[in-house]
Amino acid sequence: MFLGKSLAVAAELLVLEALLGAGALLLYGAPLGHPFLLMVVVVAATASIAAAGTLYSALASGSRVRDTLVPVLVLPALAPALLGATLATEAALFGPPSDGWPWAGLLGAFAVLYFGAGMLSFGLMLEET
Amino acid sequence: MSPPTSTGPAATPTGSKLTRVLGSLSLAFLAIFLLFGLMLSPPEVSQREAVRLFYIHVPSAVIALYLAFGLTAVGSVVYLRKRSTFWDLLAWSAAEIGVLFCAFTLVTGMLWGRPTWGVFWKWDPRLTSTAISFVLFIGYLAVRQLDLTPEARSSRAAVLGIIGFLNTIVVRFSVSWWQSLHQGTTLNPVDTQMDGLHLLSFFLGFATLALVFSWLLVHRFRVAWLAHQAGEAGLDRALAERRAEATGRTV
Repeated sequence: MFLGKSLAVAAELLVLEALLGAGALLLYGAPLGHPFLLMVVVVAATASIAAAGTLYSALASGSRVRDTLVPVLVLPALAPALLGATLATEAALFGPPSDGWPWAGLLGAFAVLYFGAGMLSFGLMLEET
Repeated sequence: MSPPTSTGPAATPTGSKLTRVLGSLSLAFLAIFLLFGLMLSPPEVSQREAVRLFYIHVPSAVIALYLAFGLTAVGSVVYLRKRSTFWDLLAWSAAEIGVLFCAFTLVTGMLWGRPTWGVFWKWDPRLTSTAISFVLFIGYLAVRQLDLTPEARSSRAAVLGIIGFLNTIVVRFSVSWWQSLHQGTTLNPVDTQMDGLHLLSFFLGFATLALVFSWLLVHRFRVAWLAHQAGEAGLDRALAERRAEATGRTV
């Protein structure tokens, strides 16, 4: 169930990213420096955001204050992923790709951590509501 | 502590022999620490009087980020495996005192930053990661107050406690990396060698804050334990009343 929910979120995010990416390419003429690194970063960052978002919204589900609580929980938790994604994208577009790969690695580790935590704890969190 | 004047849960003290020993030790260490930290240890060469903040700032950071939040993570793991109320309440108490120490770290850090760096706040790796950990564990405390069943609250908080601690480590790693990739220097506020009296004051500060932490933790834990007992007693009473009501109606 956790996988399904986070993949659904990831699919929505990917559509949004594709639209925004195409917009940036057409309107601002952004250079596609290293497309492979860019792809890896997009996939890893999307997986991180989807997994962490799904996990934290499960934490607050069934509560009256979930709309307020989820952003408060998710934003600080996502700080390393957002930081890494920004810097890796910058490296993929303009800089040497060697600057971006460590960040892509961090994003991958982050996604694995949150997917793992989510799959292990999702049932546990929802069974007692 | 005043003796209990009435019966019932409100009069149950949270003190015990252990807390009295811990409290007296804390006070004694605090007195010795103040003597050394403020009077006997000389001003430092480059930091001058501001070095005294180091004696409380660094210990409170280590206690908050590693001891308190680490204890929360351990308590959460044990709770999820064994469903033990003891570990659940211990994790909660440690998180609460940890947030307090974390706030203390941030405030003393800012007071220290003003004379040494010229500004109260800098987006330095350590500052950023400490601030993020602070917000993460405030989130944990918020989850503890959710309008759910106590079991659901405890298991969700436990999951958050574990992730919060892991996240604290990832954040620390990522922000220091972020800085080292771009600037190649790490800000180390204490780059001078410490001499005997400074080192002694630092260790005294560490011991004092560790004692204060344990003392607060035991008290906070006992408050949580009594609240839990009172909650259960209240539930039992309500169930008994409902049963009596139901049987009264059917008879």
